[in-house]
Amino acid sequence: MAALELDTLTKSYGALRALDGVSFTVGAGEIFGFVGSNGAGKTTTMRIVLGVLAADGGTVRWDGRPITLDDRRQVGYMPEERGLYPKMHVGDQLEYLARLHGLTPQAARASARRWAETLGVEQRLGDEVQKLSLGNQQRVQLAAALVHDPELLVLDEPFSGLDPVAVDVMSGVLNDRATAGVPVIFSSHQLDLVERLCHRVGIIKTGRMVATGTIGELRATDRPRWEVVGPTDPSWLAAVPGARVLSQAGDRTVVEAAGDGQDVLRAALATGPVHEFTPSRPSLTDLYRHVVSDVVSEEVAR
Amino acid sequence: MSTVTSVSPLRAVWIIAQRELLVRLRQRSFIITTVLLVVGVVAGVLVANATTGRTTTYTLGATDAATAAVVEQSAAASGIEAHVTTVAPGDVDRLLRDDDYDAVVEPAPHGLTVHVLTTLDPTLQPLLHGIAQQQVLTTQVDALGGDPAQVSAALAQAGATVEALDPPTERDATQIIAGVVVGIVIYVALMIASQLVAQGVVEEKTSRVVELLLSTVRPGQLMAGKVVGIGLVGLAQVVVTVGAAAIAASRTGLLDTSGIRVGPTLGWALAWFLVGYTTYAIVLAGLASLVSRQEEVGSVITPALMFMILPYVFGVSVLPADPTNQLATTLSLIPGFSPFLMPIREGMGTTAAWEPWLALGLSLAVLPVLVWLAGTVYGNAVLRTGARIKLKDALRRA
Repeated sequence: MAALELDTLTKSYGALRALDGVSFTVGAGEIFGFVGSNGAGKTTTMRIVLGVLAADGGTVRWDGRPITLDDRRQVGYMPEERGLYPKMHVGDQLEYLARLHGLTPQAARASARRWAETLGVEQRLGDEVQKLSLGNQQRVQLAAALVHDPELLVLDEPFSGLDPVAVDVMSGVLNDRATAGVPVIFSSHQLDLVERLCHRVGIIKTGRMVATGTIGELRATDRPRWEVVGPTDPSWLAAVPGARVLSQAGDRTVVEAAGDGQDVLRAALATGPVHEFTPSRPSLTDLYRHVVSDVVSEEVAR
Repeated sequence: MSTVTSVSPLRAVWIIAQRELLVRLRQRSFIITTVLLVVGVVAGVLVANATTGRTTTYTLGATDAATAAVVEQSAAASGIEAHVTTVAPGDVDRLLRDDDYDAVVEPAPHGLTVHVLTTLDPTLQPLLHGIAQQQVLTTQVDALGGDPAQVSAALAQAGATVEALDPPTERDATQIIAGVVVGIVIYVALMIASQLVAQGVVEEKTSRVVELLLSTVRPGQLMAGKVVGIGLVGLAQVVVTVGAAAIAASRTGLLDTSGIRVGPTLGWALAWFLVGYTTYAIVLAGLASLVSRQEEVGSVITPALMFMILPYVFGVSVLPADPTNQLATTLSLIPGFSPFLMPIREGMGTTAAWEPWLALGLSLAVLPVLVWLAGTVYGNAVLRTGARIKLKDALRRA
């Protein structure tokens, strides 16, 4: 299985710079979570990968060479704007898309049925797409992305509008595909889901990648952090040199300090009982807020 | 993956065309319009048959067997179908009033007395007049000692032979009707098929499925597949309709009695449907790609539709009365107009042998230009949903 490389992609819509040197790599068998606020450039990036939009500059490489139409035929794509023929039967539609991607009629039929079963819409194979609920249309849309056994999955917001059961089914399918060696890239605003599912995450902001790495890498902080539950006195930490309070709410304090943290614990115990003392790592949500909100990023720059 | 084969451009076009076939042939509106077209042309053939191929059989009576025999012979000789019976003189009144006799003939000293209800049918007038003169002549020749048979034979050979400098073209009403029917069928089929293409293009934009499709095939392949698929559907419609007309015409005997050149008329009708369809389908596909909502299709394709409607309306309103109209003849050679006017003229039998070929050559010559223009517009516009895109912009972004 090959890897997908995006190399300094740029794209402008008139005066608006939508992509400003976007680069990242999604390796074989890797699930890559693509996060960023609305309008940050996620959809534009994905459309450029699929070739439905031309980049102004930069290269998309598959298996080490610029991606071709034949390569793109092996990509499973779920566009941001869901799109299927509303008046076509679910089964016919899946077969049609499978055949366009190169499956023989027999293989297309078998694959359409298999994916409809996997995604729980096999009862609706003979119905027009427009007669399905939005959730089921979403399942069919995912089946449409998977029906030709793609070698790369590019899914724009695959989880939006799904019920919890469908989210589990979808997560299972993405894991299966990744296990089979398929690079998977998907965008989402459900950061807990991204944190749980993805091997690596890329955060994009106004057309620039501001952070890329494994969840562990992103969550790692320069100095260790500790979460202390107990002291309520605002000045309890004054005795510890180099320690800094990151946040305090009620009896819960997050502290940044060098060393093994034992001096922090001692300082806390000195003020009264301590109920919890744990090493703290920022969640993806914290990271995201940190990176995306302007105020915090200025703070980081300073 | 063993089940995956590479997809050549032609194969992609064919898979897309197959989808169009499958979807359109299932559509109720398509089936209904096809049935209406078939009913329409069959009715047209029956009307044509009724107005031109009619033969009336006259019911005639004669008061003696000799006169009856003469009337029957003369009628047969002049191609008039007549049923002649010998009747009793006293029954004349009743036969005319109640039994619908057209005339009862009675020998008279000066020739014949013809009893009718009101007036004598104009077709019978010269026939009976001729019989009367013949009988008087026979009596006179006999009285003069001559041979009446010899005189009759001599008379039969006498006549005025017409030598025309510009003999009029052999043309009958069935040819006019054939031309108009062919014109209507082609117009309706072209209108339906090319607008289906426009609606199909916008359907893919509205439903956003076009983005999914264009991640697999190129815009040109998608457009070509749609044009080919719907074209085959339209062709099937034309073949069924024209076939129904041909069957109806041969069953009613219309083909035996008229001057319609069946082979060339049908062959050219198919050829002009294909040329006209290709021309307008790609133009409408290009124009339709500029808009994203079905409600906007009408306004964006109207200018192109005018190019279809005007020659058709002109053709079917002017040509039946004036089959050799100079303006129609000129327009029928112009690409875009030919598919509507040339088949009407061909059906009416007023084309010179070279005219359809010249028109076909001209039409085919402009096709590559149209394909390039429409393909450029489509490729640039089909993925841009939202507000209507200016044609100028779609052409410039090439």
